[in-house]
Amino acid sequence: MRTSGDKKFAILGHIIMIILSLAAVIPIILMVISSLTDNAAILKNGYSFLPEKWSAYAYQWIFAFNGGMVIRAYGVSFLLTAVGTLCSVLLTIGVAYGLSKKGLPGRGLLTFYVVFTMLFNGGLVPTYINYTNVFHVKDTFFALLVPSLLMNAFNVLLMKSYFVSSVPDEIVEAAFIDGAGEMTTLSRIVIPLSKPIIATVALFSGIAYWNDWNNGYIYLVKRTDLFSIQNLLNRLMQNINALTQNASDIGSQANQGLSNIPSVTVRMAIATLGILPIIVVYPFIQKSFVKGITLGGVKG
Amino acid sequence: MSAAAGKVKASQNKMTWKRFKRFIPVYLVMIPGLVYLFINNYMPLPGLVVAFKQYNAGKGIYKSPWVGFKNFQYLFATNDALLITRNTILYNVAFIAINLVCAIAVAIILSELTGKIKNVYQSVILLPHLISSVIIGYLVFAFFSVENGFVNNNILALFGKEGVSWYSEPKYWPFIIVFVNTWKSIGFNCIIYLSTLLGFDRAFYESAEIDGATKWQQIRYITLPLLKPTAIMMTLMAVGRMFYSDFGLFYQVPMNQGALYATTQTIDTYVYRGLLQLGNISMSAAAGVYQSIIGFVLILAANLLVKKLDRDSALW
Repeated sequence: MRTSGDKKFAILGHIIMIILSLAAVIPIILMVISSLTDNAAILKNGYSFLPEKWSAYAYQWIFAFNGGMVIRAYGVSFLLTAVGTLCSVLLTIGVAYGLSKKGLPGRGLLTFYVVFTMLFNGGLVPTYINYTNVFHVKDTFFALLVPSLLMNAFNVLLMKSYFVSSVPDEIVEAAFIDGAGEMTTLSRIVIPLSKPIIATVALFSGIAYWNDWNNGYIYLVKRTDLFSIQNLLNRLMQNINALTQNASDIGSQANQGLSNIPSVTVRMAIATLGILPIIVVYPFIQKSFVKGITLGGVKG
Repeated sequence: MSAAAGKVKASQNKMTWKRFKRFIPVYLVMIPGLVYLFINNYMPLPGLVVAFKQYNAGKGIYKSPWVGFKNFQYLFATNDALLITRNTILYNVAFIAINLVCAIAVAIILSELTGKIKNVYQSVILLPHLISSVIIGYLVFAFFSVENGFVNNNILALFGKEGVSWYSEPKYWPFIIVFVNTWKSIGFNCIIYLSTLLGFDRAFYESAEIDGATKWQQIRYITLPLLKPTAIMMTLMAVGRMFYSDFGLFYQVPMNQGALYATTQTIDTYVYRGLLQLGNISMSAAAGVYQSIIGFVLILAANLLVKKLDRDSALW
């Protein structure tokens, strides 16, 4: 039974949602179009949705002059995301499994040990000093992998509450009576029953690794060859800035040589490359991502 | 008596040992994660003393001379302390209020719509949440770049207005930052309200409809009151985080432009710049300690309130 009020509401709802959806994608579209625009056209008309002249020169330039760099950074990002996500999931499962065990001696204390890390942290300065002076992660791959991203208390608690609520005690007890040890129970019963939450934690962790620029920015000082795509993006923005500034200083002759650098389109081209993997996998992960946020929201 | 009691005690000990032994593999799988938390979260804590020292890189934290509260005195003697505190808190207040209203509104709209298109809307508005701050910085730059930006060239020019040098005018940035934050988080924030909404008993609405209540009345008198507990919870949680800010948002989006610090500098960016750009480690550490301690108190207070309202939603 739909009344005219309902209909009005639905129409208004669709209009609002269409506006919001457009707002969400328009900046991304502008970025992609800009990356495919002729550099001179942007210098003349600004970034635009309707370019005067299309051109893929920015991408050609990237692969001709910085090809090795971009491909390498992509490789670092993929490797980092894969290794980081795997480690993160394993560590999280381990701790969450322990905290979910009723009757585990010291469970309360261990839970506090985990929760406390959400409440109080030393902040950037002591963490930086710890990682650089004690662990010497500066300019190593570990600098991208380890600081702050490897495991977090939030994911542990999320997984723990899933273990508690969705893995029936009876099954675990039955397995134990049948002679299954803790490890067998974990690998044969708890993990298979907890695939949704494992997928969620893997997703959260994978996105955090792919998008992280902070660790590389702080800890990679000399080893720019270890830059992830995000670090490269960050650096190229500054480098291109420097190049164009120099160009106007040196004078007209140098200017002509440097004007081949498609300085304004190349930024958008690399940003497009950085966002591409997310856009490609998004349709596949979007459902479990939403599910995970719902689970997380219930908790915290 | 003693023999029997001894026997009971021995068997109890045996029980505890047996119980403990059963759990040894559990402790083993926990160890890597616990060690990581120790390295990442506990080991740095003693380093907080650097805020009370005149840091000397050659001497290290522990051998650097003590200066008591001097770093804090310097910090609070400058305008910086007031500025970064004000910015951090005001932005958080704005985010909390706007996110609350927008997330609830979007959740209500989505819950009333039907069909596949609803899922499309939901996915699309969540997308910005998955984009890194560096790239968000680029997106914003495409619009606000002084020479080539879309706004200066295509919007302001259309109205015959002069271009604005966005990256050197602090007054515009509160709006830009709040807008970008809303853009980034609306899809994320509405999910939790939406899932709460979908859990409501439809009977309320059916009987309201029979009584002739309009959609607006249903929202006003049924949906909003039912959402109130979730809204209070989410708000309290956000209040607990009020002394922290999204570092990427405040560092990448204004592109670390010095001219914009008046309205874009927060405690997090201040600590970062102090440590890595200015090399003023002691001052930076003092600001960090100030943030950690007040942040800690706020989180405890927020959680205490949440606990009073709803035991299950509390953090611990």
